[in-house]
Amino acid sequence: MNNLRGVYTIWYRDILRFWRDRIRLIGAFFFPLLFLFVFGSGLSSRMALFGSGINFVQFMFPGIIGMTVLMSSFMAGVSVVWDREFGFLKEVLVAPISRASVAGGKTLGAATVALIQGTVILLFAPLVGISLSPWTVLVLLPLMFLLAAAMGSFGILLATRIRTVEAFQAVMQMLTFPMVFLSGVFFSLQDVPTWMSVLAKINPATYGIATIRQVVLRAPPDSPFGINLLGHTMSLWNNVALLAVFGTAMTLLAMRSLGSQE
Amino acid sequence: MNDYIIKVENLVKKFGQLVAVDNISFTVAPGELFGFLGPNGAGKTTTINILCTLSKPTSGRAMVNGYDVVRQQSQVRQSIGLVFQDPSLDDRLSGLQNLRFHALVYHVPASFREQRIEQVLKMMELWDKRHNVVRNYSGGMKRRLELARGLLHHPKVLFLDEPTLGLDPQTRNRIWEYILELRRREGTTIFLTTHYMDEADKADRIAIIDHGKLVAMDTSERLKKIVGKDIISVKTSDDKRAVEEVRFRYQIEARRDSNGLTFEVVSGEEFLPTFIKEFGTKILSVNLRSPSLDDVFLKLTGREIREETGDAFKAMFRRHGRRMRR
Repeated sequence: MNNLRGVYTIWYRDILRFWRDRIRLIGAFFFPLLFLFVFGSGLSSRMALFGSGINFVQFMFPGIIGMTVLMSSFMAGVSVVWDREFGFLKEVLVAPISRASVAGGKTLGAATVALIQGTVILLFAPLVGISLSPWTVLVLLPLMFLLAAAMGSFGILLATRIRTVEAFQAVMQMLTFPMVFLSGVFFSLQDVPTWMSVLAKINPATYGIATIRQVVLRAPPDSPFGINLLGHTMSLWNNVALLAVFGTAMTLLAMRSLGSQE
Repeated sequence: MNDYIIKVENLVKKFGQLVAVDNISFTVAPGELFGFLGPNGAGKTTTINILCTLSKPTSGRAMVNGYDVVRQQSQVRQSIGLVFQDPSLDDRLSGLQNLRFHALVYHVPASFREQRIEQVLKMMELWDKRHNVVRNYSGGMKRRLELARGLLHHPKVLFLDEPTLGLDPQTRNRIWEYILELRRREGTTIFLTTHYMDEADKADRIAIIDHGKLVAMDTSERLKKIVGKDIISVKTSDDKRAVEEVRFRYQIEARRDSNGLTFEVVSGEEFLPTFIKEFGTKILSVNLRSPSLDDVFLKLTGREIREETGDAFKAMFRRHGRRMRR
């Protein structure tokens, strides 16, 4: 009960801060939309159709949703570094709440903000000629949240070990772009060289992007949009389980890392 | 009811080779204003960090409100309030939101929360500013908000780690008025660290700490009796000769520094007239005062606390620099 309240309080503060600073939403949309409409439209004519009438922009659309969620939640760890630099982390660490609720609350906060941003991108679906049924949206939201929580907890784990905002941003940029490029946001992972395929399968984001794409484009897991891991076709539940395990492990490590701060 | 609220036994904290806290023991009584006095780097903050569970002792034991700081962290945290040396507010949120966050994590009952927040904000005269974002508060206001927050959950002990560091003298005095006021109204035990003598003088009891060791612990009055005598500082035309004359005439070993020489005598008021009349070396100026905590520290450690203020200034500068980077 106390833990739940702690998680809620930490989460609530992050949402409050996001709301006070909501102008940054605009910045968060600009980048994905640029990719989608400029980059996507420019390349669209040169790219082959993916069977069944799916064009390049439509192919990219679920990837861009995933990318928005991923980047937003991954970078959210910066708030931990920020809090340390400005002293607020001390107030949190000396409060009678467990390290687990701090790590959990931070992860959920990052995931919630990312989900809001991803949902706004979702609203652009009609513009690229994708119709989403309410049922699809209902399935998508928890999937986006899961991807966000998994990546968010990873970012928070890194943040517990990095002392300055500048260093954190440098590290995050170094990780974000390879992670985005190697997750199938912009191209199918079917016919890439083996080394890329291996890296993509190590990248946890790949499984989130693939799942979102399969749901948005109503494609089965054994389609070109699915992931084949060591000869096994990853079903939707496989992907969900993998992300959940990854996210839980990262949150536990972040919790331990927070506990050993001096 | 225990006769102490903080009990520290043979506490040691090492950082690698460095012994930051070297086998200290003391107790603090409920309701006491207990001052920890020492230069920067003496081990004051390290001790506070251990008492508030942010850091683990290398050996020894510490109890706060009857709870062990290592084994019962959660209970200790619930029992204490803290004002850190460095600001620890969320400056993107309003004063009120900062306090609500605190009330939630410290389990202040909902029925009582808003009322208590209003009470502490009014006590610190911040009620009118409660909706302002903390970023726009002045340094003194931030400190007051931290005091309000530290008090919010009725802590048994309020830790104040250099509560006026980096503030101008006027704001320092105001902050002290608030601290004494909250003590009068709430009767909270206060554990204070400072390297300012005048602040330590406000404490019921003072522990003097240097290089991680407790060198003395008593009331301000009794500590000053360690020095015992009155202090006379003299500037002369020839300080070297004056030292010899003092030694010869009164069998007292005077100390020389850049400002002349200093020595101690019993009942200085009676000594001074004869001294001026009979002293052979030409006197340029003379000053008589009763001992201060500074003299106590000097007597006990052979150094002045003030020598260390360069570091305090540097620390202050770092803090301001950080604020400006925003």
